[in-house]
Amino acid sequence: MTVYDVLVIGGGPGGLAAAIAAKKEGARVLLIEREARLGGVLKQCIHDGFGLLKFGERLSGPEYAERYEEEFHELSIEYKLQTFVTSVRKTEDIFHVYAVNDKGIREYQTKTMILATGCRERTAKQVFIHGTRPAGVFTAGTAQYFVNIMGQMPARRCVILGSGDIGLIMARRLTLEGAKVLGVYEAKPAPSGLARNLVQCLEDYDIPLYLSHTVTRVFGAGRLTGVEIAGVEGNMKPVPGTERQVECDTLILSVGLIPENEMAESLGVPLDPATKGPFCDNQFMTEAEGVFSCGNSVHVHDLADYVSESGETAGKAAASYKKKKRNRIPIQTDASLQYLVPQRLDADSDLSSVILYFRSREILEEGILTVTVDGRTVFAKKYRNLKPPEMKRLKIDFERAGLTGESRIRVCIAKGGDTR
Amino acid sequence: MKEMTCIVCPNGCVLKAEEKEGEIRVAGNGCRRGIDFAVSELRCPMRTVCSTVRTVFPEMPVVPVRVSCEIPKDRIFDVMKEIDRVVLKNRAGRGDVLLRNVLGLGADVIVTSSMLKNAV
Repeated sequence: MTVYDVLVIGGGPGGLAAAIAAKKEGARVLLIEREARLGGVLKQCIHDGFGLLKFGERLSGPEYAERYEEEFHELSIEYKLQTFVTSVRKTEDIFHVYAVNDKGIREYQTKTMILATGCRERTAKQVFIHGTRPAGVFTAGTAQYFVNIMGQMPARRCVILGSGDIGLIMARRLTLEGAKVLGVYEAKPAPSGLARNLVQCLEDYDIPLYLSHTVTRVFGAGRLTGVEIAGVEGNMKPVPGTERQVECDTLILSVGLIPENEMAESLGVPLDPATKGPFCDNQFMTEAEGVFSCGNSVHVHDLADYVSESGETAGKAAASYKKKKRNRIPIQTDASLQYLVPQRLDADSDLSSVILYFRSREILEEGILTVTVDGRTVFAKKYRNLKPPEMKRLKIDFERAGLTGESRIRVCIAKGGDTR
Repeated sequence: MKEMTCIVCPNGCVLKAEEKEGEIRVAGNGCRRGIDFAVSELRCPMRTVCSTVRTVFPEMPVVPVRVSCEIPKDRIFDVMKEIDRVVLKNRAGRGDVLLRNVLGLGADVIVTSSMLKNAV
């Protein structure tokens, strides 16, 4: 049986970039995708704004994905579509990957795995809404699939709960197709989506955004007939007496994304509670030898360009993987950061241009991020308008930081504009 | 003075634009493109439109399209009407022009995916 060097699970932007990078390094690569087509969620993300960082162009999701798909095919990378990985077993240094498709159950063997399984939307079951169970309650991604892939309109008068980017994008999309979007309701006091999407998806179309408001109840026997809205206090609790009813036939949920890590968990890969993805080092290897992860299964990104970037890093590293004793230095953060990826540095790897992704915990008009090694500041950067929904990316040269196996690396953000 | 969020890139800089004696002064921009955005936003706001067109192929009932360059914001729904009129009968691919110089606005409506073309 063929033993692959790298087996990638998932054919979205992360998996495609990972497979391409691994193949370019000369690795024997197999990519497994459960859907009938490559491209992942980008197939249905028909809005533009993809590739601004990677290609300097404003592409739609399909255009962005197809650029990678074409390179993937030019490199003659092996792949299986409509194939679903059901389990993975490791013996010695080989992973046995079991997958099912229309030909039956097959086993593939590989030296390394890259989990590019993306993320899942939180559903109505995960947010506390009372009432009946009518038709007409969709996640934003499902509504997007209906409109952009099936060409069907799921809504006429609709309410959107949650101000995540896909919800904002769908507010605009449904409006363009003739639906009335009555408002976007966000339980938190600040929006979850990117500032530019608030402008070009809501303001441009006069769609109101209600902060500190949530949907508490749905009505309707067959189809949704309305929802109950209530104001929300700081502790996310609806305020009694503030309820009002809004007539609508559709409720769209854009209430967050969760990295998909069932496969990782079955392999015993430890997950970071802050990202809900695996703890990774700067090569995107998880805590499990030979298991890599990239893209939205590591942490939820707001830009596909960064998903591809992490895939590239993971693919390159997996191709040159050798089993050895790891010398990993944890990167510690304090409460000023929501999270930071990677969570560890591989002290034996090339540390001259380590890319860090982070999210601030709070909205900060001005803030300074500092990286210290054993108390010495090795990097500092001033930021204006730090917001939790907007992931930031940094490139740091740790080669000159004088790291040893026992070094303590700390990253924190201080409020204000003084570097001291 | 007008405050606005720049939508050119994901940074979303908060711009302050002021028009004095026909000249627009911009502050808060992280790069040069922010100035152009603010000026355009005050004079004639421009946007892109992305949508889908119907096809005659049951396996792919719609195909994604976009305008090749920005159009005036107040013409978005006019362009949507034109896009909605199209029914694609051939297996067009990415970059193929469906509507040339739509409504004389200088933008073409182009297909943004080759999935229909590659499905053969």
